[in-house]
Amino acid sequence: MQDILRQLEEKREAARQGGGERRVAAQHAKGKLTARERLELLFDPSSFEEWDMFVEHRSSDFGMEEQKIPGDGVVTGHGLVNGRTVFAFSQDFTVFGGSLSEAHAEKICKIMDQAMKVGAPVIGLNDSGGARIQEGVASLAAYAEVFQRNVLASGVVPQVSVVMGPCAGGAVYSPAMTDFIFMVKDSSYMFVTGPDVVKTVTQETVTQEELGGAITHTTRSGVADLAFENDVEALLQLRRFMDFLPSSNRAKPPVRPTSDPVTRAEPALDTLIPANANRPYDMHELITKVVDEGDFFELSPTWAKNILVGFARLDGHPVGIVANQPMVLAGCLDIDSARKAARFVRFCDCFAIPIVTFVDVPGFLPGTQQEYGAIIKHGAKLLFAFAEATVPKVTVITRKAYGGAYDVMSSKHLRGDVNYAWPSAEIAVMGPKGAVEIIFRGDAGDPAKIEARTEEYRQKFANPFVAGSRGYIDDVIAPRDTRARLCRSLAMLRDKQLANPWKKHDNIPL
Amino acid sequence: MFTKILIANRGEIAVRVMRTAKRMGIKTVAIYSDADADALHVREADEAVRIGPPPSAESYLKIDAIVAACQTTGAEAVHPGYGFLSENPDFPTALEKAGIVFIGPPPAAMESMGDKIAAKKIAEAAGVSIVPGHTDAVPDADTAATIAKKIGYPVMIKAAAGGGGKGLRIPGDDASAREGFIRAQSEARSAFGDDRLFIEKYIEEPRHIEIQILADAHGNVFHFGERECSIQRRHQKVIEEAPSPFLDDKTRATMGAQAVALAKAAGYRSAGTVEFIVDAKRKFYFLEMNTRLQVEHPVTEMVTGYDLVELMIRIAAGEKLMLAQKDIKLTGSAIEARLYAEDPRRNFLPSIGRISRYRPPQGDGIRIDSGVFEGAEIPLYYDPMMAKLVAHGADRAEATKRLADALDAFVIRGPSHNLGFLAATIARPRFREGRLSTDFIAQEFPDGFTGAILPPDQGGQAIAVAAAVQRIVAERDARIAGAPVPERWVIVQGDSRYPATIVRRNETITITGYTARQDVMTEWQPGDLLIRAHVDGIATLFQIEPRGIGWLLSRSGAELDIKVLPPAAAAALAGMPEKPKPDLSRHLLSPMPGLLVSIAVAAGQEVKTGEALAVVEAMKMENILRAERDGTVAKVCAKAGDSLAVDQIILEFA
Repeated sequence: MQDILRQLEEKREAARQGGGERRVAAQHAKGKLTARERLELLFDPSSFEEWDMFVEHRSSDFGMEEQKIPGDGVVTGHGLVNGRTVFAFSQDFTVFGGSLSEAHAEKICKIMDQAMKVGAPVIGLNDSGGARIQEGVASLAAYAEVFQRNVLASGVVPQVSVVMGPCAGGAVYSPAMTDFIFMVKDSSYMFVTGPDVVKTVTQETVTQEELGGAITHTTRSGVADLAFENDVEALLQLRRFMDFLPSSNRAKPPVRPTSDPVTRAEPALDTLIPANANRPYDMHELITKVVDEGDFFELSPTWAKNILVGFARLDGHPVGIVANQPMVLAGCLDIDSARKAARFVRFCDCFAIPIVTFVDVPGFLPGTQQEYGAIIKHGAKLLFAFAEATVPKVTVITRKAYGGAYDVMSSKHLRGDVNYAWPSAEIAVMGPKGAVEIIFRGDAGDPAKIEARTEEYRQKFANPFVAGSRGYIDDVIAPRDTRARLCRSLAMLRDKQLANPWKKHDNIPL
Repeated sequence: MFTKILIANRGEIAVRVMRTAKRMGIKTVAIYSDADADALHVREADEAVRIGPPPSAESYLKIDAIVAACQTTGAEAVHPGYGFLSENPDFPTALEKAGIVFIGPPPAAMESMGDKIAAKKIAEAAGVSIVPGHTDAVPDADTAATIAKKIGYPVMIKAAAGGGGKGLRIPGDDASAREGFIRAQSEARSAFGDDRLFIEKYIEEPRHIEIQILADAHGNVFHFGERECSIQRRHQKVIEEAPSPFLDDKTRATMGAQAVALAKAAGYRSAGTVEFIVDAKRKFYFLEMNTRLQVEHPVTEMVTGYDLVELMIRIAAGEKLMLAQKDIKLTGSAIEARLYAEDPRRNFLPSIGRISRYRPPQGDGIRIDSGVFEGAEIPLYYDPMMAKLVAHGADRAEATKRLADALDAFVIRGPSHNLGFLAATIARPRFREGRLSTDFIAQEFPDGFTGAILPPDQGGQAIAVAAAVQRIVAERDARIAGAPVPERWVIVQGDSRYPATIVRRNETITITGYTARQDVMTEWQPGDLLIRAHVDGIATLFQIEPRGIGWLLSRSGAELDIKVLPPAAAAALAGMPEKPKPDLSRHLLSPMPGLLVSIAVAAGQEVKTGEALAVVEAMKMENILRAERDGTVAKVCAKAGDSLAVDQIILEFA
């Protein structure tokens, strides 16, 4: 018995060595932590239980039978994040470059299967050179096994990917199908084909960082939701992020008690909307003043900045926030902002997280770029997402709610549960000037008449009362009381039940 | 007594005048420009009248509009505050014509004292000691250089109508005298509509000490002691106090007597201030007389107990001052700090925009005259002063301590502000010792303001506070699922790492490891921007907010980045690479929002360090942006007349 225990400890120690001292040093030299170091930061102290530490690959080609390292390039298991169970896999770049073998994939699949059974999130820490080429098609099959599980788990348990090293080729599609992707600046990249292939095929010269670095994916492509300075920051912020998410679609979102009073008034919100309707203001101020403790976990803050999305809490309960941002493109909807918000709304709906929407939208961004880029289909995604969502939906129109964009932004007509308007709200088909130019086309040559008509239109529609008189707005609220009103509505909606008609699945305009 | 008065001003002074008027049972009327429709002074007034578009020249300086506002509202008298029309004799003249009382001096006295050259002559005749100089307006730049040379450098070129540092230069040689004259002239013209300049000897190591006087219409003139306003930046007062730590009773009495004599000679009435420059040997010279209520009047009010605005109103209503000079005593010490929307770390460039958080502190002996509120906007068009903090104490040390605490506890978010700079200024040993001069800031902050360093005891308190905050947050996170609260942490500050255990027993959080042991008690809750705590029984406070994975604590102009991390995270963080900051030195950025007046260079041009590159106007001040090093201009990215955002690229260097 003693012998076996000693042997076990030796084996464990061997596995903990990963790819050996030299490779670990190389990993550190790149500013990257090792797979196990990362898990240690992710989980509560001493809570991580590793599985399949002794798994080895079964390949015998190209001399692989001579090279076996226990764990086979990925560390898997489960642990606690602030007391809640989370499954994770962490690819070990020091072992075969973190490449994905059949055995490596089996380990990932095992924890995903178990996570689905118990209803716990799956976190993937990606740091892999790609497929284990020595294994050939077996490696490709193994990828597909992971992809299939990503798909089946989607909407059942939250899946979060943190790309902390290379992630190229087919490998990108596993993170791509998870709910959120975080990246680490300067040490991670994601692309389908690398710079060398790009050069050969298209003659473009581009660096890895430009092609698929954290900055690229959080500012240009929107593939990643957040970019962090280093591994430590990414993992500690990930812990904070997990605290907003329920463990599965069977669990309620976690409640974090707060001492922030639900009735906290914010008198300064009364002056948030500038007197001049064409002047922007920062929607962040509204969000941070309304939510618990000013704690807003924003996602994609540097991409599609004309819409804000992220998690916050009201009276301790997580909510998803969607808000037009008048500071950027006047807060209008376009392809990127519609995609960004639609995916976020669908995530919230999957996991029973109520959606709070702040609306100040002048409409859709016009132009050939938008039309050729299929704004029709992309805009429809957001409309679809809000319309199908059955979670509690509370909406506050702060200023403009014009045209089709008004309908899209969680309006009453899309089963909004509670729709508030600030006194500054203007709910109309379009702005007064544009409307008058169409209705009174005949007066176009008479500026005085146009001005009078514009004023008439403004009086009639540039306020929340017309919509209020039809019941499209449930109440007009003082900006300073927004927090109290939202908290009260969400408390009322806590046991909301609403089901969509049975279907195999819907057919969102992808 | 009047039943209704109009306050022809904005900001804190308008609000402050209204406060006294209300106490006296007088109704108040505000005037406002379009930029101020939601301003505090409009909210505080019983009624408010719009008088024009944002630029001062079209609103707060429009005499006819203000007279009309008085007539519409039935205001019987007007208080002008300071700045704007307060020293323009046309204003009282126009009011008088309309049968409205001006709460201030008679136009003639204003005129003679407002013209610095005339004032000097009257002062000289009244036996007031004056500075050597040239008492006529200087016609052109070359004459300026000649006169300057005769008086002897350094000299001071001043606008006849000037104030607040505008139209003022201190050249040290002929070339800068010429350049300074031209710039000062253009500034004076745009700021005051009067470009006459004069030149006088510049006294080095000087102290600025002024005497407050009040004169009624019955021939009584009293002085209310002095204020020392030596701490100035670019000739703009920053910290003012009463009494001066420098004056003795005899000098005070002599200066007071001369001030009274001048007021009498000028036929003065109402509140006025006689400014003196005082050298190291307590020799004093008359500088000018300000024919209005001064910004810094609250320090006088706090040490004398008189409400100067009330006395001004009573004088204007024809009442006699029932006072005796010997009854006017200075009790304790009062210090005022001017809170500006400006960025001390960027050469004090003005800042504008919405104030998202504004939480003035309260405390014994603290008076705050605010012109703004949370959610207010600081417009581009006017002086960016937000408020004045005044602390009164039994002695100067107590007043300083109270002011320091108030500055540290003042929470402002939105525009940049100078709270940290003010706190760092009064924390200087030289300030505590009262060794002041108008060069104080230039000498104490020779490289500008780059932040302060906390004394070691406060540094230790900051670490204890950060640790306690982390404990509170960790306890709350643990309640999500009933997890145990971790007790072992590593406190990371810069390159220093202190392993520590952080535990709680009842209300006390104990940190063991950093020092032997620290006990922290606090009622702080997550989200609070200010933490008051007792560290080992000693009360302390910091402003605090999350910054990444750590906390940013600030106090007295010092900022501390403290992370309290699980041991594994702290160890890992040590190995994370330092990332280089992006290089912005190749660009000339607009340091503030403003108007690009001119660009002095073109693409391809070589420039030398210190060479003027562009002029940006903001807050009526022309700011010359100069080359920080030798180089070649690669590209000009903006053109004259452009409205610039802060950090907008103006030029690129090769």
